[in-house]
Amino acid sequence: MTAKVVTVTSGKGGVGKTTTAANLAVALASHGDKVVCIDSDIGLRNLDVVLGLENRIVYDLVDVVEGRCRLKQAMIRDKRLPELYLIPAAQTRDKSAISPSDMVNVCDELREEMDWIFIDSPAGIERGFRNAIAPADIVIVVTNPEVSAVRDADRIIGLVESEEKGPARLVLNRLNPALVKRGDMLAPEDVLELLAIELIGIVPEDEAVVVSTNRGQPVALDGKTRAGQAFQNIARRLKGEQVPFLNIEGAEGFFQKLSKMIRSGGN
Amino acid sequence: MGEGDWPELEQSLLTHIEEQENFFQGARVALEIGNHVLRAAELGALRDKLADHGVTLWAVISNSPVTAQNAQTLGLGTRLSTPKPERVMRKMETTLDGEAAIFVPRTLRSGFKVSYKGNVIVVGDVNAGAEIEATGSVMIWGRLRGAARAGVNGDANAHIYVLEMNAAALRIADVDLNYSQPKGKNGPQVAGIQNGQIIVQNWEYKEKQRE
Repeated sequence: MTAKVVTVTSGKGGVGKTTTAANLAVALASHGDKVVCIDSDIGLRNLDVVLGLENRIVYDLVDVVEGRCRLKQAMIRDKRLPELYLIPAAQTRDKSAISPSDMVNVCDELREEMDWIFIDSPAGIERGFRNAIAPADIVIVVTNPEVSAVRDADRIIGLVESEEKGPARLVLNRLNPALVKRGDMLAPEDVLELLAIELIGIVPEDEAVVVSTNRGQPVALDGKTRAGQAFQNIARRLKGEQVPFLNIEGAEGFFQKLSKMIRSGGN
Repeated sequence: MGEGDWPELEQSLLTHIEEQENFFQGARVALEIGNHVLRAAELGALRDKLADHGVTLWAVISNSPVTAQNAQTLGLGTRLSTPKPERVMRKMETTLDGEAAIFVPRTLRSGFKVSYKGNVIVVGDVNAGAEIEATGSVMIWGRLRGAARAGVNGDANAHIYVLEMNAAALRIADVDLNYSQPKGKNGPQVAGIQNGQIIVQNWEYKEKQRE
């Protein structure tokens, strides 16, 4: 098998990159795919916490790159999903500890044995971001329905395009249908019109995400929550399945309108 | 840099830097690459390779507008602080003496900037956070949400033509206007200076056939 490298990025911090990376990895691993997550946020790691693996770290990504251990030794196997691995970031170093070509080398070594390699990118557009997208086959841009997050997403999409890693795909995270209905939140159509890239999923705002993050039990582990279901659907779309968009609000019109928009190309 | 195949030139540059590693450590370099046409990915790859040697690529000086454009999209400089003598524009062999323009057939996303001595034509949107700067006029076949500056050397006769204007920062010569589209108003518009102020008007074909 040859793995696809998926980089999850956003520009702005706090929009849900790590949550998205963790949940997509969990969802794909629960389908039986072999998945490894790499935390490239060196110095500010937290993918290990979200996945509930922080107590099992021995070696990290910088140890691999600097030759203090073999790649296999840095891969933590998840006990719930035997096909899921994590390569954690170093906490005591910073982004300059690795280079874009280091990331390409690590991913090339993993490609043969894996189906998916997820890279959790740090916020920002500097070295850490460049490290994260260097090996990417697919770039997922996460944004929230807020003007500031959308502005940063636009910047990131432009950078991804100029590195010829595009076209990026969009995850719209933490959508609150009630606020959209009242006109107090950007609607999905507004975001799509501005960013003009392919939408791969909408994740509703869901308290279950906060709870699960603190417990280290990603919502996608059981598909019962609305957010967990949304992440499961995105994972299936990544695998190439045609999955209709969640009707978050019941029988509300704009999701039908939206899915029509997407079928006709999104812009 | 001299003539020849790009991969070879790149390799010889990297070898040169490796040989004098102490001198180049932590350096910021500007590369003069003459007539070579390089894609953004090639420039990006070069930047990353230089970064591996502890060298920061901060500017690419090129005779090719395509390369310069690609360098700009990567956020690299394309001019040294001591400007080179201006390039001589070849005269067009038609009866009309046109003016120089750069054609940008893509949407400019936040953080991108087009800067040109002459006129700028964009086919696509100019998003919030993107900038266009021209000594002449600016024409945007799309939406303008970002900043457009025409006549930056003081030409008050420059115009800004836009298919649809949202919230936009306009400057012509040294006059500024932060324009917000009134509700329900749509369609092509043109901004120009009248009595020392920028006036934005709906485009009316017959009236605008000047000269």
